[in-house]
Amino acid sequence: MTIPPPNNASGAPDRAAVARLTDVGLRYGKTCALDAVTLDLPADRMVGLIGPDGVGKSSLLALVSGVRRVQVGRVEALGGDMANAAHRRRVCPRIAYMPQGLGKNLYPTLSVFENVDFFGRLFGHGRAERDCRIADLLASTGLAPFADRPAGKLSGGMKQKLGLCCSLIHDPDLLVLDEPTTGVDPLSRRQFWELIDRIRDDRPGMSVVVATAYMDEAARFDWLVAMDAGRVLAAGTPRELLTRTGTPSLEAAFISLLPLEKRSVHRDVVIPARTATGEVAIEAVDLTKRFGDFVAVEGVNFRIERGEIFGFLGSNGCGKTTTMKMLTGLLPTSDGHARLFGHEVDANDIETRRQVGYMSQGFSLYTELTVRQNLVLHARLFQVPKGEIPGRVDELIDRFGLRGVIDTLPDSLPLGQRQRLSLAVALVHRPQLLILDEPTSGVDPVARDGFWEQLADLSRRDKVTIFVSTHFVNEAARCDRISLMHAGRVLVSDRPTALVEKRGTATLEEAFIGYLEEAAAVDRGPEAGGQKQGARRRESEESSRGSRGVTLPAPDSRFSLRRLLSYSRREALELRRDPIRLALACLGSVVLMFVMGYGISMDVENLNFAVLDRDQTTASRDYVLNLAGSRYFTERPPVTDYEDLDRRMRAGDVSMVLEIPPGFGRDVERGRPVQIGIWVDGAMPARGETVRSYVQGVHAQWQADVARRRLGQRETAVPATIETRFRYNPDIKSVVSMVPAVIALMLLQIPAMLTALSVVREKDLGSITNFYVTPVTRLEFLLGKQLPYVLLGMFNFLLLTAFAVTVFGVPLKGSFLALAAGALVYVACATAMGLLISTFTRSQVAAIFGTAILTMLPAMQFSGVIDPVSSLEGGGALIGGVYPTTHFLTISRGTFSKALGFADLSASYPPLLIAYAVLLGLSVALLKKQEA
Amino acid sequence: MRATTILRLGVKELWSLARDPAMLVLIAFGFTATIYSAATAIPETLNKAPIAVVDYDQSPLSERITGAFYPPQFLPPERITQAEMDARMDAGRDTFALVIPPDFQRDVLAGRSPAVQLNVDATRMSQAFNGSGYVRTIVNQEVQAFVQRYRADARPPVELDVRVLSNPNLTKSWFQAVMKLVDMITMLAIVITGAALIRERERGTIEHLLVMPVTPFEIMTSKVWSMGLVVLVASGFSLFAVVRGLLSVPLQGSIPLFLCGVAVHLFAVTSISIFMGTFARSMAQFGLLMMLVLMPLQVLSGSVTPRESMPEWVQTVMLAAPNTHFVMLSQGILSRAAGLSVVWPQFLALGLIGAAFFGLALARFRKAIATMA
Repeated sequence: MTIPPPNNASGAPDRAAVARLTDVGLRYGKTCALDAVTLDLPADRMVGLIGPDGVGKSSLLALVSGVRRVQVGRVEALGGDMANAAHRRRVCPRIAYMPQGLGKNLYPTLSVFENVDFFGRLFGHGRAERDCRIADLLASTGLAPFADRPAGKLSGGMKQKLGLCCSLIHDPDLLVLDEPTTGVDPLSRRQFWELIDRIRDDRPGMSVVVATAYMDEAARFDWLVAMDAGRVLAAGTPRELLTRTGTPSLEAAFISLLPLEKRSVHRDVVIPARTATGEVAIEAVDLTKRFGDFVAVEGVNFRIERGEIFGFLGSNGCGKTTTMKMLTGLLPTSDGHARLFGHEVDANDIETRRQVGYMSQGFSLYTELTVRQNLVLHARLFQVPKGEIPGRVDELIDRFGLRGVIDTLPDSLPLGQRQRLSLAVALVHRPQLLILDEPTSGVDPVARDGFWEQLADLSRRDKVTIFVSTHFVNEAARCDRISLMHAGRVLVSDRPTALVEKRGTATLEEAFIGYLEEAAAVDRGPEAGGQKQGARRRESEESSRGSRGVTLPAPDSRFSLRRLLSYSRREALELRRDPIRLALACLGSVVLMFVMGYGISMDVENLNFAVLDRDQTTASRDYVLNLAGSRYFTERPPVTDYEDLDRRMRAGDVSMVLEIPPGFGRDVERGRPVQIGIWVDGAMPARGETVRSYVQGVHAQWQADVARRRLGQRETAVPATIETRFRYNPDIKSVVSMVPAVIALMLLQIPAMLTALSVVREKDLGSITNFYVTPVTRLEFLLGKQLPYVLLGMFNFLLLTAFAVTVFGVPLKGSFLALAAGALVYVACATAMGLLISTFTRSQVAAIFGTAILTMLPAMQFSGVIDPVSSLEGGGALIGGVYPTTHFLTISRGTFSKALGFADLSASYPPLLIAYAVLLGLSVALLKKQEA
Repeated sequence: MRATTILRLGVKELWSLARDPAMLVLIAFGFTATIYSAATAIPETLNKAPIAVVDYDQSPLSERITGAFYPPQFLPPERITQAEMDARMDAGRDTFALVIPPDFQRDVLAGRSPAVQLNVDATRMSQAFNGSGYVRTIVNQEVQAFVQRYRADARPPVELDVRVLSNPNLTKSWFQAVMKLVDMITMLAIVITGAALIRERERGTIEHLLVMPVTPFEIMTSKVWSMGLVVLVASGFSLFAVVRGLLSVPLQGSIPLFLCGVAVHLFAVTSISIFMGTFARSMAQFGLLMMLVLMPLQVLSGSVTPRESMPEWVQTVMLAAPNTHFVMLSQGILSRAAGLSVVWPQFLALGLIGAAFFGLALARFRKAIATMA
């Protein structure tokens, strides 16, 4: 077979292309991810994309699997144009895509079984078939014993296997794996590839496209594409690449394929031999960490000498980071000791910390500070003497080649430079010990080698002790000694060469695999030995043969209730396991109703008042009693003089003071004009107004009484009287008016926010990819997401109604059914509003604040909660007219206070139904089935 | 050395904030537009209240009454029949319905004092309550003017002399402006302090600080002072430029004293924010937590309705919230010109609440950061 030259499709064999890219370009804002890529991926093979992070591998895979929208050029997969929506719909059930990142397409709170089950439902499998397939997949991946464990608590390797199960449940013809083994231990990696091989044996027609950053894995692929900076460097079988470059290993081959300027900085890392010092820098004795029942680190022992490079190798989640955190004092130990330079590690020991430099995963830098500011800040925090700081910073900038970028923000730097800056920051105070937690993950091989040269230099020249964790075996080989960690325990600890000798293997990797297999056998006991596993697998193969014979039902391209419900089911499960969201969902509305019901009250009662009585007669006391007897006023100790009055008014002790002049009783008796002084606190105008009108009312009453009693005369006749009937709420109590309104507000805001969050969370966490790559339609996805929240909203509705009737004592006078029907449509509107908001928000924070503003403002201001819609003007009136809250408020107040039923409120339902249809329609139209 | 660490870390926070455009916009918007719109949005008087008239009399007097309701206080009255009235009120179309009985004018002139019936939809609290007074006054005036000979002149023997202190015309916008400022101070302090903590946590930089010779106390103090300072400066600016300048609200008391109060309140609120931050793993969780915390803090603090009208136990519970004391303090100083001799209990309460939450947050800090990150 001829080698297809890069950037030229003509030489590729025609029949065997599973995907074909022609002049494909892709940009994210200013960054160019793919630049005029032309490439054919052969079918029925295992195709590997190799190259470091950020060269465009993931983008290419996302285009091929239809996750990402094609911007420039033409992408064909499985014989059709991926820019064509109809073709995508047709082929999507034949493609499986596993995104980058451990367990990115999984739901961490769902169990292993529930995760696979969800995908099975999405692809429309019946119950029996699903169970059969899941059993088969779990057995063959060795996950069966963990079926009930939440996906989030699996180790990295297990997560990836589970991700594979989820991808394989529908028997795809094209399997796209984006860095499936990054961060996974060597044994799990090997098992993973064996699993893929077995699956390919079963289904020889399946094409597999894999991206990887591990060059050693690439050797097992049938065909390779080497990429760099958005371009294809070379493509061909591994052997072809080796012969072409004349190099012994793929890693070397890749480096020699790089453009000259990148290659020139690279040279092989040589770490000079070390002379033992005997001085102990770190010592761990039976170090143990438990989180509840979970043992993260168990009985870890090691001694590290000064100037040694000590490696910690293990998969993600095996306890490396936890151990390092205990050494730094970030985590208290549950058991055992850790000593640094002979001192027990103590979170409060500031002195020891000065000797330690720490670099955490993901280079924690202050992204708002420039390179220089980052260095200076750390120097100051480590209390480097002020005069030495500029010199030290300069020295580091030169040593790590950061001169050209000193005034840039770290976010705009390439990963390799960020890594160097991070190391420079950790070194600013000349520590004697460096603790580096996976410092090289995600960095390209050239930069990684450069980094190791720096480490060698530090260790050998400056005698800095280096404690480094990694999941790259070739890095582990460079350490003076390494510990292999697995499931919280150290399996073995020795010099790399000694380990290879001891196991009698050819490579360090194989030695590790040997140790891991031993450990795994001990873990599972006799039940899960290699033979047994094989037997079980054969067994399940046989049992599954029947089911595999069944051809999959062609996915229903229109509406499928099953897919919809599988999303609802999953959403409900997830919600049940998230305490904060669940609390908000169930209790939030009640708490807030309570707050608003009591807090936003227009009744003013129990106003504090005091009297400055200069008369002290029966008449004056009688007048005061008149006030004090009303439920609106509460009398406080009398005021003695003006100074006292002033002081108490200022302190807010009383909101009204009554001054009765001397001779009041006598003057009233004689019918002489008298003036009673009233001081009202105007600090709260609404209260001041109420006080004024109450006092005037009570006073008028008193006057009428006096007149009637003394003179026996009727009040002066008025030409006409006005009888005021306060309907629906004769006592004019705020709660009666507020509580139905609060129900309307609560049923809007919280369901809308939770629904918006449920969609945006998937965008945030990455599981939205499952929506892109599975046959679920937009309407099914949205309705499926909405359904649990509608039910939750109705539950809240019942709760709020019960609360209103019992606690607030607001009777429900009208038809409950009319109210419930209104609530159902209204909650549907509210959740649809959340869906709509979710289509244009990207982060959860934006969803929360966006929903709060977009729902609260119109609902409070324009929907008749305070002033009726008819009193509004302009835009407010327009919004109020169509906003769902307006209409539900009419139903809520109508049924609660006005004793109305369906017939009386019939005009309020159609606008709600129309609003729902419009909101849902807009959400469907705006939701994208592909990444932009 | 400690003080310099706190200073450095605080300056770092200020840099971070300065390079976060979203937060800057939020602060600027919160302290200007929000306060301005809140103060001016609420109409001082009745506005476009919907009213309907059932006129059985059809006389010049009833016409005169009907014609007396006009915008902007009222919408032009709808003339309806008694039968329509109930349905319209049930549907919420009218807040007021006035029924003028047959032979009303004749009875008025004959001195029989006939009764006009005013129906009010009392589920519409503020409009119903204020508006019914307006309607009554208007009807009375029109009838009086019509009858003319009843130009009441006789002074009642005992008169009330009502003097309203600090806000003689009971202008609502004065109150609204100050209370909105109080709300904004609380909200923004919680948001930016929480964001500053959770941002560090999401990026892992807080772990770095904890392995440096820096204590949780220093980290927390640096956030309290820097974020507090930002809000203090912003609220000072808002007080002068927006409240006093743009809205020309007369501020009575000592402004330096008020700003001291703001500072103590900020200590309490930022401490609460850090305390909340030790529970939330992400900004999203912090946002949800805030929904449940901020609203009760604001609504029940006495800035919306007076504390006296709340149930006794709510008042007692709310004494533990800094907002309650801060509202009292602001009203005392800014509206009633109270001095330190009057408001010292509020200063003390705020200081104690702040210290308590700061202590709680400090106790949780290291553990929370280490286990959740």
